[in-house]
Amino acid sequence: MSVDTERTVVVTVNGVPREATVPVRRLLSDALRHDLGLTGTHVGCEHGVCGACTVLVDGAPVRSCLMLAVQADGHAVTTVEGLARDDGRGGWVLHPVQEAFRECHALQCGFCTPGFLTTIAAGLHARDSSAEITDEEVDELVGGNLCRCTGYANIKKAVKHAAAAMAEDAR
Amino acid sequence: MTTKLFGEPVRRREDARLIVGQGRYLDDIGSAALAAAFVRSPHAHARIVGIDADAALDVEGLVAIYAYEDLTGPMAEPLPVLIPHPQLTSPRTGYPLANGEVNHVGEAVVMVVATDRYIAEDACDRIVVTYEELPVVVGVDAAREAEAAVHEEIPDNVAAVHHQETGDVEAALAAAPRTLSFTQYIERSGSIPMEGRGVHARWDADDASLRVYSSTQASTSVRAAIAAKLELSVDRVEVIAPDVGGGFGMKIVHPWPEELLVPMAAIALGQEVKWSEDRREHFISSAHERQQRQEITVGYDDDGRITALDVHVWHDNGAYTPYGIIVPIVTATQLIGPYVIPAYRVKVESVYTNTVIVTPYRGAGRPQGCYAMERTLDRIADALGMDRALVRERNLIQPDQFPYDQHLTFQDGRPVIYDSGDYPGLMAKLKALVGWDDAASLRSAAEARGKLLGIGMAMYVEGTGPGPYEGGHVQVLGSGKVLVSTGLTSQGQGHETVFAQIVASELGVPIEDVEVHTGDTRRFGYAVGTFASRAAVMSGNAVALAARGVREKALRIAADVLEADPGDLEIDDGLVQVKGTPGASIPLRTIAVLSNPLRYAFDEAAKQATQFAIPGSDDKPPVAVGDAPGLEHRDYYSPIRSTFASGAHAAVVEIDPATWEIDVVTYAVVHDCGNVVNPMIVEGQVHGGVAQGVGGALYERMAYDADGQLQNASFMDFLMPFASEVPDVVIDHQQTPSPLNPLGIKGAGEAGVIPGTAAIASAIEDATGRRIASMPIAPSQLYDLMRDENAERTMASAARTTGARA
Repeated sequence: MSVDTERTVVVTVNGVPREATVPVRRLLSDALRHDLGLTGTHVGCEHGVCGACTVLVDGAPVRSCLMLAVQADGHAVTTVEGLARDDGRGGWVLHPVQEAFRECHALQCGFCTPGFLTTIAAGLHARDSSAEITDEEVDELVGGNLCRCTGYANIKKAVKHAAAAMAEDAR
Repeated sequence: MTTKLFGEPVRRREDARLIVGQGRYLDDIGSAALAAAFVRSPHAHARIVGIDADAALDVEGLVAIYAYEDLTGPMAEPLPVLIPHPQLTSPRTGYPLANGEVNHVGEAVVMVVATDRYIAEDACDRIVVTYEELPVVVGVDAAREAEAAVHEEIPDNVAAVHHQETGDVEAALAAAPRTLSFTQYIERSGSIPMEGRGVHARWDADDASLRVYSSTQASTSVRAAIAAKLELSVDRVEVIAPDVGGGFGMKIVHPWPEELLVPMAAIALGQEVKWSEDRREHFISSAHERQQRQEITVGYDDDGRITALDVHVWHDNGAYTPYGIIVPIVTATQLIGPYVIPAYRVKVESVYTNTVIVTPYRGAGRPQGCYAMERTLDRIADALGMDRALVRERNLIQPDQFPYDQHLTFQDGRPVIYDSGDYPGLMAKLKALVGWDDAASLRSAAEARGKLLGIGMAMYVEGTGPGPYEGGHVQVLGSGKVLVSTGLTSQGQGHETVFAQIVASELGVPIEDVEVHTGDTRRFGYAVGTFASRAAVMSGNAVALAARGVREKALRIAADVLEADPGDLEIDDGLVQVKGTPGASIPLRTIAVLSNPLRYAFDEAAKQATQFAIPGSDDKPPVAVGDAPGLEHRDYYSPIRSTFASGAHAAVVEIDPATWEIDVVTYAVVHDCGNVVNPMIVEGQVHGGVAQGVGGALYERMAYDADGQLQNASFMDFLMPFASEVPDVVIDHQQTPSPLNPLGIKGAGEAGVIPGTAAIASAIEDATGRRIASMPIAPSQLYDLMRDENAERTMASAARTTGARA
């Protein structure tokens, strides 16, 4: 690769500044997975429909297969690996939506799961957590991602479960 | 007390890694591997005239290019016909790379290996393959008309004629008080797992061994196939199915060309090589299912009782038949469902087309069979002016008729003998669950809102858990950890949880101590695979038997130590104790240590088992004749024949007569899979199956044009249901345990998908009064049907004062 086809980018990934030299055509999804080793972000279609590769760029859900790695330069990216937070005692506290997915059996093969988790986490953080979540809000949050295993019923259940847990935390 | 775990909704153990992004799917493995990409045929049927790779040679990062001419030995021979059958008289399979001819768009022609996938695709783009196009056969009707042949030497395009007969159908039809005949169609869909196929291979030249990861449903058989094709001893090859992102049947096919070519390249290049399928490749080069033309004649009496059934199916098997005629056999044998059919004749002609191969997709021929049978019952009800539920009730096998012999031969070569069931029970529960008898008031209420409402139902019997066998190995370590392994693979069914539940329950240990491994030939080399709703039945019983073996041995050793009778001992919470005698106990982990007489004390626990610690008998060897060191046991479960699960579904649809949008407003499921290991997981399987059933009924179709180009080979165009398309599902359960296996279980994986097309077609017909004889159906097609003055109307619609007008 010649100089004009590569760029060095600095992206804050899950709170940590990461530098990588990537071909300019490299997709953000591939850079996260193959250059940074964050394989939790999955690629299901590479044309922006299925949502499995969804990450948060500056807090907003983005299909990382539709974004070039160079476009992420200077931005903050959160992947599924960054949803849980450090408990300060050497362990991790799962995000409420991660807890809810496990509790509600909202995943089977788990391949689409990271995209749902990031999308739903962003959506729940963007709303007033003290208000009870409506069915319409739930449908909106899960409506843009494909899952072939669950039939979505338990994913919807998990969103409600997570929203309730976040309401409890906000109290 | 150890919590009773069998039958409990235990939360899944695999989720801990999957929800934090620590799963390990195929493409997560081998970050340093070379990447393979393929030049695939752009034509549905063509001769390869030439391959010019010169322009690709300049691509920086190119490592190797392979075409058919580079294949040697068994690799240059056709791929195996995995399941031969005497009625598969003209089997055809492709080659790992096309040998002079391509028979569908997407067939692999050239493999490129490069330093990364981008570069491999660059090189693919520069390779020029010259073709001479040949006439194309698309669709089951074109195949049967046979104006062109897919394979030159098979001019009628017929790969197989599968035929079964249980009585004198001609005589029974002649004697029938009433008969009716009709033809109907069902279209192609596909498994379409979220993760496509993928293969990673690493050759260790120093050890002369090959390790292959494949996103497969059958790692042991992939291993055998690779060994055979690459001329390696099977002990030099290991195959592991890592976390697999869904399979739904398609990943049972093997060896895929890529499963052979990637290891071949890894050996030749002495470097790791990986191929991850992209979505377009998945649509055009993996597998599809479902297309059939069904010609049906039924004889019945004035009460709606069937006296004879004659079915002639034309089944589109695509370009090749690597998986034999399993789908046609399943359609033929499962079609008759829960009904008494005094005389049944079925003929399935399996025909070649220039399209992607047809192999099992969840349901594997059953949705088509169910569609044939249930739509027949709907037509009988309509002709007689009877309630559709009543017609079904009059034909059901009764609970006192089990075991019920249908006198057919199933896909495993064994008789179709239903082991147990309560079909009237299913029907009663379904009618209550969906409010079947209130349909008229629902219809009126919908009409007041300007909507057409219809209700439909369908029942099925599903042969699950076919043999020949699965095995299980259970080992208690000195740490107290219990290792469980079975050879079949997992694609999201929660096997790590359900097999742990079974072993923990059988052995009397906390589930936290149990660790389950599946689909790894290093741990368990004998297996068949995960398909046909068989994992819980087969490996569930195998690990249960293995756990019982461990328990027996543990009690024997503990009885010696505790100086008690084994019959007086129990295992609870990992502790072997004398019943009713507190304090007289020994931990299972200590028994594990004692079970392995040692010379060397490598740690504290091991000291207990060394030769001067155990006061052995001078006239007995430390390991008794017939015994073995270690607290472990291996066992196999091999069933005499399949178990037969059953169920009944109902759908209520509302149709907007302005747009003809079809909305499934209620979907009801009554399900019987015998004893349930984990009801949470079974419900999850039902939910997922129903979503695929609804998709297959209303949205999904493989839109091939006349040239054999798949017009919707992406998620933008192939309408796989999002959450907005999947109805809420209400579920009721019934449990009729199987008498055939120790745990009394039947399979649950495929059930949810089977009756969807039939039930929804019935509901649309009920709502519109137009005969629905081709599925799936889109709003535009329904609109055309409603505007077609020649469209057949149901008798029921003529009798009704309200309902559809177009």
